[in-house]
Parts: sequence; structure tokens; C-alpha cells
Amino acid sequence: MLNTTDILETIRMITDENLDVRTVTMGISLLDCVDEDPHKCCEKIYKKITTKAANLVAEAENISNTYGIPIVNKRISVTPIAMILAGCKNPDPVEFALTLDAAAKKVGVNFVGGFSALVQKGFSAGDIALINAIPEALAKTDIVCSSINIGSTKAGINMDAVAMMGKVVRKAAEITADRNCIGPAKLVVFCNAPEDNPFMAGAFHGPGEPDCEIHVGVSGPGAVRAALAKDSEGMSLDQVAELIKRTAFKITRMGQLVGNLMSERLGVPFGIVDLSLAPTPAIGDSVANVLEEMGLESCGCCGTTAALALLNDAVKKGGVMASNAVGGLSGAFIPVSEDAGMIAAAECGSLCIEKLEAMTAVCSVGIDMVVIPGDTPAEVISALIADEAAIGMVNSKTTAVRVIPAIGLEKGQQLDFGGLLGYGPIMDISKFSPAKFIARGGKIPAPMQALKN
Amino acid sequence: MKAVITVVGQDTVGILARVASVCADHSVNVEEVTQSILGGTFAMIMVVDVSKCTVAFDELQRLLTAAGTEKGVEVKMTRQELYDAMHRI
Repeated sequence: MLNTTDILETIRMITDENLDVRTVTMGISLLDCVDEDPHKCCEKIYKKITTKAANLVAEAENISNTYGIPIVNKRISVTPIAMILAGCKNPDPVEFALTLDAAAKKVGVNFVGGFSALVQKGFSAGDIALINAIPEALAKTDIVCSSINIGSTKAGINMDAVAMMGKVVRKAAEITADRNCIGPAKLVVFCNAPEDNPFMAGAFHGPGEPDCEIHVGVSGPGAVRAALAKDSEGMSLDQVAELIKRTAFKITRMGQLVGNLMSERLGVPFGIVDLSLAPTPAIGDSVANVLEEMGLESCGCCGTTAALALLNDAVKKGGVMASNAVGGLSGAFIPVSEDAGMIAAAECGSLCIEKLEAMTAVCSVGIDMVVIPGDTPAEVISALIADEAAIGMVNSKTTAVRVIPAIGLEKGQQLDFGGLLGYGPIMDISKFSPAKFIARGGKIPAPMQALKN
Repeated sequence: MKAVITVVGQDTVGILARVASVCADHSVNVEEVTQSILGGTFAMIMVVDVSKCTVAFDELQRLLTAAGTEKGVEVKMTRQELYDAMHRI
């Protein structure tokens, strides 16, 4: 029998606390689209995406209405395009990006991810061409997202790729300077990238995944914050962790339900639920506010890393029992521009990039949606990527960098991307130069943690 | 197929009757009703069987929402599975 309090709690979580399923992402393998002729290959890609995902948006909207669960985004992830380029003769990677953009728009999804390459151990055919084409591809498309995996615990860090990516991020910002430097907001540089991640901009469909599957990314920082605000007064931290676990369980069950329904209706296997607390710029739907609810004056002050470690762990423990397949990034996200509490903390000076870097050691992802001064040299961006990758490599976890150089702007100003991407104040970054370190190139060898067998 | 209708808002005369008549008009059987006043807000929950409903689910949702608007309350109808998933192990 249903309990009135339970029903009203669910309604309140959805209507007042921004609880939603952030994304239903269909992973599609493009391996069978490879063709020596790049134009034919693009035609096959267009056909496969528009066939497989033809009913994705309609079914998601139907489930959303019937079950009263907001599903904010519908997305597609595809096989890293560099792997497809490898099979073509003289391909133009930008043509592939335009094909993805057109196919994704045709089926009505919000984003398509997979303009990607996995180069943690070195470059193979197609990788360098794809990386060099990223700025143009992101400038000429609207909803294509790109990601590059430059390191892993098993392989170490490809510092040649790191050096390239600093330049690519800068160039992507320069050629979209007239559009709030939107280019690099759609580009993630990963270490230990998950192959079944439903969240953008880092989603791609890994080579070990099936032909087609459905992933779900849940959200819900607003619901966790509200639960803490309502019930955590006087609680010790272990009790706080229990409260977060209970809330995370409910949030994840909602995601699992949506995943099962989508999988059944579309006739494709269910992949994973990504147990992430993904914030939005909406007031209250903020991971920073959850940390502040635990007792911090402002996110970024001493204690932030500890509070985030507790939150991240409790979210996973609560979520893992609620789902039969957990994957993706699964943890708390700490993007700056997408989280009203993080924006406020950055604006008032309590949150700096160095603190964010420490926070990334204990939660999912990394330096995410951070706006940096427009005159930041490429080698500084590369070195920031290397620092994050080192944290990921040594701790056997995913880390990533998505920074946006605000071309022509300085500290004190801000970039406004709109929608889920939000807006961000320009954050200070060290002016001292790592140029010689980055110019050395080569590899950072895999750590001892890689030798597990 | 079970659905849950929730009505939240200011208490006025005839809310239950209005929602129940929309159900009756479309062969929707009301199986359970609970109502309470929470912090001055009227909250009513109806568990209904929509398997013999004469109109499509989204049409019934629309009719119920319209009935709610008429009475100045918020009416929502969703499938029951959501609540089972979130609150039952």
C-alpha cells in the first residue's frame, strides 16, 4: 500500500527540489559504418544514428509525462570518431562532426558525444587528424561534444597529447570568441575516461560496449540539500552520511525505473545508471549548497574536501543498491558555471582553482566548466590538464579538465553560455610558467598502481 | 494499470467531487482516497485503476489538470510504479 507521506515526498522532490533524470543517453556503435570512402562512411553514420535513435526523444517524453518524471536531456553517444577515421582514405574529420550534428538534430536530441580519441598510450591512425580538427569541428557544429583521453592508470600520461590539448583548448576558444567562447565548453580532456558515460561533454560509446544501449544519468543535488536542510540539524556526520544515502537511493531508483522502461520500449539493452549528483544553475540545485548545508560557510573554505568526500561516498553507497548496473562517472559533479553555489563561491573569492583541484581527488570528474583569463598561455592549460591527469592516474579514478579561456576578457568579468551550461566568473590561474616542462613531451610512466595482476 | 492522482492546494468545497466525476465519466475506478491538511495545505491522494479508461492516459491527465485549475488546486496523475520504485525495497 502506498503511503501518503512517501507520495508527497516524491512530488515535493520533483516540483520544489529540481529532482530529475538529467539525461537518457543512447550509446550507438559506429564500427559497422567504416568505409574506405569517407563520404559513404558519413552516409552510413547518418543512417545508423537516425534509425537507432528515431524514437528516442518521443519515448523519453512519453515516459516523462506518464510517470511524472522530468527527463531534462536526451542524448546520443557514439564510438570515438578517431577509430572510424582510421578506416577511411584521406578523411576530413570536420565532415564527420557535421554528420553527427545533422543526425542528432534530425532525431531531436540535445547533444551528441563521441568526437573523441583515446590516446593515453600513443597516437594511432586518425587520432592526430581528429585532435587537430576539434576547434573547427566545435565551431561549425552546435550540439557535437568532443573528448580526448590522454592518460590512464594502466598506461600513464601521454604528455605529447597533453601539450597538443592545451593548444586545442585555446584555439577552440579563439575561433568561437564571438559566441562566448562556446567551443571549449563542449570539449573534455580525460584521464581514465569511462566508456559508458551518459554525461556531456565527455560521453562516448566505448569499443567494448554492445551495438546499442541505453544509459541514464540521474541528478538531484536539490533533493539532497533539501533533505539535509529539513532533517540534519544536530546530526553527527555519520548520521548526515546515512541521510544522504537514503536520499541517493530514492533518486537512483527513479533513474533505474526510467532506464528499464526506455530499454523495454526501444528494444535495446539497458546499460548503466550513472549515480551522479549533477547540479544545474537553478537556485538550490547545487552541490556547493549541499556542502554548505553540512556546515561550511562557503564552498571552498577549509573542510570542503572532507565534506565532498563524505557526500561522494554516501551518494555511491545509497545509489549502488538501487540499481542493478552502475557505471559512468558516478559521483558528485563540481562544475563551476553550472552550479549557482559554486558560482557564488568563486565570485566571493572563497573558491579558487587550487581548491577545486584538491576537491577533484575525492569526487567524480575534475576542473569542470571553469572560465580562465583569456591571456592564459596554452602551456599553462596543458600543465593544468597534466596535474588533473596525475590525480586521476595515481588514484585510479576519472579526472577531467574542461576550461574555457575567456578570449579578450579579464578577471572580474564573466562568460554566459546560457541553458544548462550556465555562466562563470573568470577565475585566477597561476601566472608562473610550466613551458619547459610541457615542451619536454614524451610520457609520464604508469604508476605502481597499474601493476595489479 | 494503477495510477496515483495527487491534488495539492487551498481547500475548497467540491474538490473531491470534481476529480471523482472526471474519473467516473471515463470509467476510471477510484480504489483508495486519503486526504489531509499539511501545514495549511490541502493534500488528497487517490489511487485509481485506469485499465478500463475510455480515453488515452495523457488526455485523462489533461482533463484532471483542467478540473484542478477550475478549482484553484494542482492536480497531477502519474503511473504508480514511480512511487513503488522510490519507496519500496
